[in-house]
Amino acid sequence: MFAEVPLFPEQASTTAQRVDALFFFLCTVCGTMAVLIAALVLYFAFKYHRRAEDERTPRILGNNRLEWFWTITPLFVFLIMFLWGASVYTSVALPPPDAMEIFVVGKQWMWKIQHPSGQREINELHIPVDQPIKLTLTSEDVIHNFSVPAFRTKIDVIPGRYVQIWFQPTKVGNYHLFCSQYCGTSHSNMVGTVIVMEREEYREWLASQAATGSLADQGRQLFLKFQCITCHSADAAARAPVLEGLYGRTVPLKDGRTVVADDAYLRESILYPEAKVVQGWEPIMPTFKGQVEEEDLIKLLAFIKSLKPGQTPVRNEEASPPLDAPKVPPGGNPKPRESVPTYRPQGKSTQP
Amino acid sequence: MSTNHAVLAHHFENLEQQRETATFGMWIFLATEVLIFGAIFTCYAIYRLRYPLDFEAASARLNILIGSINTIVLLSSSLTMALSVHATRVGRQQMLLTCLLLTILLGGTFLGFKVVEYYEDYKEKLVPVLAFDPDEWTKVEGVEAPIQPQHVQLMLVFYYIMTGLHAAHMIVGMGLLIWLVIEARRGWLTPVRYMPVEIVGLYWHFVDIVWIFLLPLLYLTGTHHPTDLHF
Amino acid sequence: MSSAITTGFTPQAKARPPRAPGENYLNVAFGVKSWLLTTDHKRIAILYLVTLTILFFIGGAAATVIRLNLMTPNGELVPADTYNKLFTAHGIIMVWFFLVPVVPTVLGNFLVPMMIGARDLAFPKINLLSWYVFTIGAIITLWALLAGGVDTGWTFYTPFSSKYARTNVIPTMLGIFISGFSSIMTGLNFIATMHTMRAPGLTWWRMPLFLWAHYAVSVIQVLATPVLAMALILVGVERVWGVGIFDPELGGDPVLFQHLFWFYSHPVVYIMLLPSMGITSEVITCFARKPIFGYVFIVWSSIGIAVLGFLVWAHHMFVAGQSVYSALIFSALSYLVAVPSAIKVFNWTATLYKSSIAFETPMLFAMGFVALFTMGGLTGLFLACLGVDLHVHDTYFVIAHFHFIMVGGAVMGYMAGLHFWWPKMTGRMYSDFLSKLAALIIFVGFILTFLPQFVLGYLGMPRRYHVYPPEFQVLNVMSSAGASILAVGYVLPLFYMLWSLYAGKPSGPNPWNATGLEWQTPSPPPPHNFDETPIVTTGPYEYSMEESALVH
Repeated sequence: MFAEVPLFPEQASTTAQRVDALFFFLCTVCGTMAVLIAALVLYFAFKYHRRAEDERTPRILGNNRLEWFWTITPLFVFLIMFLWGASVYTSVALPPPDAMEIFVVGKQWMWKIQHPSGQREINELHIPVDQPIKLTLTSEDVIHNFSVPAFRTKIDVIPGRYVQIWFQPTKVGNYHLFCSQYCGTSHSNMVGTVIVMEREEYREWLASQAATGSLADQGRQLFLKFQCITCHSADAAARAPVLEGLYGRTVPLKDGRTVVADDAYLRESILYPEAKVVQGWEPIMPTFKGQVEEEDLIKLLAFIKSLKPGQTPVRNEEASPPLDAPKVPPGGNPKPRESVPTYRPQGKSTQP
Repeated sequence: MSTNHAVLAHHFENLEQQRETATFGMWIFLATEVLIFGAIFTCYAIYRLRYPLDFEAASARLNILIGSINTIVLLSSSLTMALSVHATRVGRQQMLLTCLLLTILLGGTFLGFKVVEYYEDYKEKLVPVLAFDPDEWTKVEGVEAPIQPQHVQLMLVFYYIMTGLHAAHMIVGMGLLIWLVIEARRGWLTPVRYMPVEIVGLYWHFVDIVWIFLLPLLYLTGTHHPTDLHF
Repeated sequence: MSSAITTGFTPQAKARPPRAPGENYLNVAFGVKSWLLTTDHKRIAILYLVTLTILFFIGGAAATVIRLNLMTPNGELVPADTYNKLFTAHGIIMVWFFLVPVVPTVLGNFLVPMMIGARDLAFPKINLLSWYVFTIGAIITLWALLAGGVDTGWTFYTPFSSKYARTNVIPTMLGIFISGFSSIMTGLNFIATMHTMRAPGLTWWRMPLFLWAHYAVSVIQVLATPVLAMALILVGVERVWGVGIFDPELGGDPVLFQHLFWFYSHPVVYIMLLPSMGITSEVITCFARKPIFGYVFIVWSSIGIAVLGFLVWAHHMFVAGQSVYSALIFSALSYLVAVPSAIKVFNWTATLYKSSIAFETPMLFAMGFVALFTMGGLTGLFLACLGVDLHVHDTYFVIAHFHFIMVGGAVMGYMAGLHFWWPKMTGRMYSDFLSKLAALIIFVGFILTFLPQFVLGYLGMPRRYHVYPPEFQVLNVMSSAGASILAVGYVLPLFYMLWSLYAGKPSGPNPWNATGLEWQTPSPPPPHNFDETPIVTTGPYEYSMEESALVH
């Protein structure tokens, strides 16, 4: 039975190797310290135990040199620990550029995973071995924590924002996925499996999974469904910024600031369009908060990220603009052509 | 306690020590108070920096007139409080009583105005949950970018928590002042036993200072127009 | 002060009230009223002792059920909701209603005035009020925990606590909020007392380290507790009105709560720990019969812990999506706060050099404290290390670490102190054999309970898990077995301590031949502590009777 009892977790990512090296270093240093102190205390306890009731002791009040020695020495040792720890931590903070991006949405009490090629899974994450994987995570409700002990990495998944984490699996196998941040009744059931596969196997797995187009494709459909295209068209009739090649660019804002168009910015601009208005445009976009779910947001983001110049879909002239879109386009923007379809009144009764 | 209202408590060596201890205790208590207000000020500052326009818009709608009057009222009450301490030290009983009653009056005026102000806020639909119209905030004039009503609501929530906490401190202070009046009428506040007045004074001044921070943080953040001065 | 103010009053020390022979604080008055309306710091300490002992065993009972449930991977004993409520109750009771108050309010209340040669604390009525406030808070929280329970964890993380939890969050927080004032009152009282009421000759640098530790603790209590109060108010407001303070949907930031919470709850660890460090310094010097090594360094390390302890809160949030720069700063600061703790351990060890050690019960507990606290401190270095925290954050590694600090550290220290000053408090000696046995059982039981949890943590078992993968079972069973031993160790003192009240042999004023003012008055002490105001002429711990060439 004891043969099955693991005492050390599997080492299945490049991060794991780095964390374990650091861990063993700490174990060695701290173990030495502990043994040293224990040995001294035991030695003193043995050597100086009271033999006679009237035993006398020398009046030793201290030794400043010794004090400074054991103040400064730990400080240096701690500095090494800090620097080493910091280097591991920062290396995990920055994903390599060739990382494959997978999206994760946590909710009470499951993990919903979306692959770039459109496959979806719940509480299971299939990934190819030796491939850097970047996860973009968010939560639909409370704070969760995406934790894979075999990869020695974890991150709090916070509602209302995107967090990122990356790892490169080095070993084929099945590994635990835990929610490590207490999230309610079934916290301990918010677990899953990370399945690391050979590249070939992974490709086969992908092919075997039903997917209605890649994530970006699905986003494209949503882009049309939510009528984003009505304003964000690439033609002269556009009443909103062109989104082609936007991701990662620096965008000048109306109030003079600039912002890098990252995941958080795109997300905010869909949910709270007025928060950061692009220079040269009026804040006419209605909010999509409450209409777009976290998973759809991810699809839209994937689409916008994938959008290269000339790839904006052609506007469907029959489509109607989103609810609450302004009747009269504000001045300063390119004037709409007469061919723009009739707008719905601002009534609340109909959904586009 | 025994007769003579135990000028010197049983565990102190002498009056000097007793006075020192009482004042010192009050200062420590004020350190606690600084941290409790410090915590809420920090939260306010964080959201203020995150949503500057929304906070300014909300601030512009607060009642600057009552806020200003209350500032003057409260500063005056600090003066009468300081005079009470002086009167006790020099043993002028009548002046002490007058100044204490004046402080209570001014403190009451402040709270009265505060109630009026809350009611005005209610009528102005500035009370989240109770009376708040999200739609009106999306059309604020004179502000560049449109406003997020939920962020305005956040500002208003902080406004009520901060002024509410301050008002609660005022009410406690009023209670202490009434206790002092009772003591003064019995003739127990003398140059020898002036500590109660002094430590209540410290507290009162502290509450006053908190307001001096609240005024710019809450009322002066947004731009008020002369036409805003209304009841 | 002008001379007019003191007219008619003698500035000289006033005479102590005369005392009948044999009169002490216990037999000076009888009846319920004489206890419930007392302003005597010693009686208030006893009130706290009784209250906190009850609370300790309630919190311990919750832990027992938790450990029993974890013996099987599928959590067959209690349902998930009950389990969540149990660990919440265990955390809340143990942190706020036992560990934070226990040493300051029991031993601190009893000893601070005696150690500085005063008749009482500076504000005796506030001291009594603090017990009432604490008890009211405890009753409200206990009621909330028992009648329905709370399932947020003791950390109340938003938005779970503010929006999603459907349990008694508000009553529980109300009780904690109220009891917080008791903590502030105690701290305020101690600071004022130590500043203004020290006996003639007792300068700051002659104060026993127990007092310095309490001074540092009091500063933390006074400055950190109000921030928790504010955090709880904000969660309450958010929960009742849903206005968005911590709700990202409405523009709030759920992580802001964690900042407020840990700004209190990290320093709070030092509230638990510092007094036990003070106790250890007292006990080790007494039973090693030697002055403390490096007094000044230990004092400054206490102050350093109190100050630095305020600057490390965000190390609880390394994986909470904070910026890398913030993580770097807080990691570095966390390492800094480890230095003063290391200094203390080295100095305690050095004190044993050329000493004369008697292994009485308090000394056994104190040495247990040093051992377990060292382990706890060293594993803290792992958690402060960003790269390792990435893996062990929110796992059983953290659980094991902070139990080593809080139970192995704070509770062991408390036990040492309780056994050390029990003869002073009651005038009776407890059973030598049983108390040594208890020390041994607690030490062994503790190691067995929490050592496997380090392994579990590095394996990745997350905290607060009602069910867990089957391969973790063996280690969990080991831990639960240790816990049952630990439980015996904690119940045992209850019996021999109570038994000593009936059958214990009289201890005399100074059974351990200790220095310190508290030992120079009868046991139990008279109502006003000393028959004459003591005058202090030397530093603390003058145990060595001959001058040595080693004096620096």
